[in-house]
Amino acid sequence: MSKHTLSVLVENKPGVLTRVAALFSRRGFNIDSLAVGPTEIPEISRMTVVVEVEGSALEQVTKQLNKLIEVLKVVELDKHASVQRELLLVKVRADAVTRSQVIDTIALFKAKVVDVSTDAMTIEATGDTEKLRALLDVLAPFGVRELVQSGMVAVGRGSRSITDRSLRSA
Amino acid sequence: MTKEEIVSDTTKQAPSPADVASRGRPRTGSSATPDPTNGRAEAEVEVTLEVTGAQALVLALEAVGAENIFGIPGGAILPAYDPLLDSTKLRHILVRHEQGAGHAAEGYASATGKVGVCLATSGPGATNLVTPIANAYMDSVPMVAITGQVASAAIGTDAFQEADIRGITMPITKHNYLVTDAGKIAQAIAEAFHVASTGRPGPVLVDISKDALQSKTTFSWPPVFDLPGYRPVTRPHGKQIREAAHLMAAAARPIFYVGGGVVRGHASDALRELVELTQIPVVTTLMARGTVPDSNALNLGMPGMHGTVAAVTGLQKSDLIIALGARFDDRVTGQLSSFAPDAKVIHADIDPAEISKNRTAQVPIVGDVGEVIVDLIAQITADRAAAPADSGEWDFAEWRERVAGWKQSFPLGYTTSDDGTLSPQYVIERIGALSGPEATYVAGVGQHQMWAAQFVRYERPNSWINSGGLGTMGFSVPAAMGAKVAEPERTVWAIDGDGCFQMTNQELATCVINHIPVKVAIINNSSLGMVRQWQTLFYGERYSNTDLQPTTSRVPDFVKLADAYGCVGLRAETVEEVDEVIKKALEINDRPVVIDFIVHRDAMVWPMVPSGVSNDMILAARHEAPVWEREE
Repeated sequence: MSKHTLSVLVENKPGVLTRVAALFSRRGFNIDSLAVGPTEIPEISRMTVVVEVEGSALEQVTKQLNKLIEVLKVVELDKHASVQRELLLVKVRADAVTRSQVIDTIALFKAKVVDVSTDAMTIEATGDTEKLRALLDVLAPFGVRELVQSGMVAVGRGSRSITDRSLRSA
Repeated sequence: MTKEEIVSDTTKQAPSPADVASRGRPRTGSSATPDPTNGRAEAEVEVTLEVTGAQALVLALEAVGAENIFGIPGGAILPAYDPLLDSTKLRHILVRHEQGAGHAAEGYASATGKVGVCLATSGPGATNLVTPIANAYMDSVPMVAITGQVASAAIGTDAFQEADIRGITMPITKHNYLVTDAGKIAQAIAEAFHVASTGRPGPVLVDISKDALQSKTTFSWPPVFDLPGYRPVTRPHGKQIREAAHLMAAAARPIFYVGGGVVRGHASDALRELVELTQIPVVTTLMARGTVPDSNALNLGMPGMHGTVAAVTGLQKSDLIIALGARFDDRVTGQLSSFAPDAKVIHADIDPAEISKNRTAQVPIVGDVGEVIVDLIAQITADRAAAPADSGEWDFAEWRERVAGWKQSFPLGYTTSDDGTLSPQYVIERIGALSGPEATYVAGVGQHQMWAAQFVRYERPNSWINSGGLGTMGFSVPAAMGAKVAEPERTVWAIDGDGCFQMTNQELATCVINHIPVKVAIINNSSLGMVRQWQTLFYGERYSNTDLQPTTSRVPDFVKLADAYGCVGLRAETVEEVDEVIKKALEINDRPVVIDFIVHRDAMVWPMVPSGVSNDMILAARHEAPVWEREE
């Protein structure tokens, strides 16, 4: 079993997210992370799905996704040939004594403070899964009060675009 | 108020598309628009009309060529039923239960290949269609289900008779729609018919909110499709065809594994030509019975759990499986890891997701099975002409001989009971023999279904209709009704079990009232026979909840039930009576006939591969495993 990142271009219509998510559960595949958003073409949305499967099962997932009428294109993004990012917001315990330590720590990760109160700070960080895990590891001793993380988004490296020729004429 | 008055009184009534066509202007739309009407005359002009959404629905159904609709009205779909009353092109058949409407649409579609249509209201009407929709999805039946939905403002409020049927049917439809805008109804219907009938066929649901049916819109035809993500591949890749022919030439023990895709793809004639050309033995799955005639010596019959010894063994011992429109279902393969261990696989299917899903294919071919077969024939003909005479390729004589030996040594058979009671297999065999290959046979699910697949001789595709993938008890009567509506000239038999029959027999009323004279043979063993068989074999003869009634009682009395519905009710309990009642039934064509065949309850379906074991473990009969030649 290994993790695979799929970029799924879909028609921007109601119900598409349900269809895609339901397909994964129905066929017995577990979604690790899912992110949906608009693309440069208003009619097309893009989902980034991280799924943990073996090679042959991945082929089945891809084929089943392609069978959905509202799915336009499915592309697997190789980890090394793509930029993969998640967004993390974490509320850390930080009083006057520890505040500067926290700030020093997160600077190493190019993360920033987006909210401060007397006994806590909220930190925003982006990066791949490993980097964010490392950040959380060093923040843990201060005390994590609340944590929220986005699904992964990813884009292939280089000049090519996977949305090229996606809007074929019916 | 008479119907004429209603018609003249109403301003809602729309002209028929044919009326409008005469004053339409030549079509100038984009040539890239697929023609949803399959070239019918109405498509030649663009039509624009001021109508209600309900009228647009009826006009669209007429324009796509629908002729028969099975349904039941109710609150949310009510607006659609009003213009339906005025349509001269659509025949609506009022069923007694929505499940009956769905299975009837499936029977209609399965008999002809045309898209079957069913219509129901929101909530319970729609949920009653779920079983037929799931059935159509499993067996790739082209069907469009239209349901009413509560008004769009009420959606999500748990309104009266509200159910999220679009959400419910997402995993069991090829595609589905929720239409809340009257202007989108015609397009949704056109797309639904297109999607249902092209590529791998399947059910499409169109859920239409009541306000969309009631509000005003402009009906224009033909609509422009908006299906950018739907591009079924029908043309097979030439390289794969060459590769397939190459493997076939080099094989020693090849076998055609033919599935229901050949029926749905109307590829039976082409397949017969391919079989003649190659002289390779064939197995026809439950869904493919009739694609190659049973009278063809190369046809080994049905493979799988209750397949013939020759078909099961033929696949097991083969060195090349050529799968055409088949999906390596678990009922065919048995334990997957030991299925046909020496075989390479050529797998042709229009659905890429079926290829290498269960069994890895060495040569995958995505395409319409008819086109695949035609291309294979051309390639093989060319290859053989070019091959040297002494190459030894394409010579399967020795293999054919072995296979023929199995077929001869282990024919399908059954034992008669000791006490003179009827054998179910005999009854079914006689129905087939007396009705002939031009009749259509529609089965329910269970023992009688397997016997009907085994003991009726099929010579043509679409002559055998059953619920294969989902295994839906109660399929038979309504599906037979649909098949009879599709082909009124044919004799249509519902071969049913007494358990199945009691799930959907209310449609006999529909048959009587609408003059749909189906013939129903109830293979009555007073039991849920297939489950009972498993209890006999695997649960120590502990018959938990499989006896429907004591064999001596008549609850219900099916002859009286038939009578109550206005059908002819007959009964046979002895061998002498069997031919007599079948002949009598074949002579009656003005109303449905129901025959109660009282058969003994201990008959079992053989051969059998017990669940979860290798197909090598096939038992020709109880305690009777075939003894194989020791050459391997």
